[in-house]
Amino acid sequence: MIDPGTAVKASRVAEGRMVAPVRKVVSGVIFGLAFGFLLQKGGVGTYHILIGQLLLQDWTVVKVMMTAVIVGMVGVFTLHHFAKVNLHLKPTRLGANIIGGLLFGAGFGLIGYCPGTAAAALGQGSWDALFGMAGLVAGSWLYAELSERLKKTVETWGELGKLTLPDVLHIPRGALVAVMVLVLIGVLIFIEKFTAR
Amino acid sequence: MNTSRMNRRVVTGGLALLTLFPLTAFAADPALDAHSYPGPAWSPYLVGAGIGVLSWLTFYFSDEPIGASSFYATVAGFIGKLFARRHTEELAYFKAEPPTVNWSFVFVLATIAGAAVAALTGGGVMDEWLPQMWRARFGDSIALRGAVAFGGGVLMAFGARLAGGCTSGHGISGTLQLNVASWISVLCFFIGGISVAMLLFHT
Repeated sequence: MIDPGTAVKASRVAEGRMVAPVRKVVSGVIFGLAFGFLLQKGGVGTYHILIGQLLLQDWTVVKVMMTAVIVGMVGVFTLHHFAKVNLHLKPTRLGANIIGGLLFGAGFGLIGYCPGTAAAALGQGSWDALFGMAGLVAGSWLYAELSERLKKTVETWGELGKLTLPDVLHIPRGALVAVMVLVLIGVLIFIEKFTAR
Repeated sequence: MNTSRMNRRVVTGGLALLTLFPLTAFAADPALDAHSYPGPAWSPYLVGAGIGVLSWLTFYFSDEPIGASSFYATVAGFIGKLFARRHTEELAYFKAEPPTVNWSFVFVLATIAGAAVAALTGGGVMDEWLPQMWRARFGDSIALRGAVAFGGGVLMAFGARLAGGCTSGHGISGTLQLNVASWISVLCFFIGGISVAMLLFHT
């Protein structure tokens, strides 16, 4: 398998501009509309479906996410194989990923929406999402205020750089994608068989 | 112990943890059971596949992964610049990610509109300040719901920035790229979320 690595497709970065290029803004609007439409139709902007997932009563959220990952993975890696897209990997920092992840989860349990589904909730008239969104803005500000110090402390703990599962498991990417697709489909079949929704 | 073996342990240990959770927990009180309320309009598999295809398109046409949490940081930056321009521009996070009307900003604004279109055309308009299942558990106080949701939002955004993404950025875009940080983060999202939700709804 030929892996172009850093794909030939060049990212155009607009330095020091207040507004991104028109083409990019237009694509953001179109894809955002589609995303919101799908989230609402999938019921994942609805409190009882989201909190139902966290209470392990309703498996809609996991079904949506896993299906998106299966379909997305096959397409994005195929496109990357032919150097049509760049990957966008975020660095692995064990301390920050775990502590941040747990804090995020605790917040998720309290609001019952996440950053994207809160937007969908607001769109369908679940007005309580506004409180959560105000909190999300405040929490982002709090992080920015502390970002200097966090960068030097928590974010250095267990810093491993840009790391993918094929690197860690020493399995060729194509093979691992095939395995992951089968495993995730297996999990979905299991969930479908043993849960009510 | 070399790092790759340690990494492998972290990954397998995390996956093993997930299997410890019971699969379906029916609540004793039907009002506290998500099954008592309506399910989604469309099949979750159809919606999931749609989001998967959407991720191909955003990678290809926009050179961006789907993500939502940075929108809130951008809004925080705009508000900060309005009241304390110099202070805001000197913060390490905003130096690295200056608040601009960027792709993810318009993407999330459009997400709100897209959900509105779906709700209005599909009979899914909620028009309520309190979700039914919240009311069944915590009563009719909008102030209580507001305070808990606001506090949850603060924790959630702080956690998202620390972890580097949210349920979309890590949970879908990162995991589909087999990014280790994303798999660890999404596991922690659910461990934290399940714990808090179970505590909240424990009767």
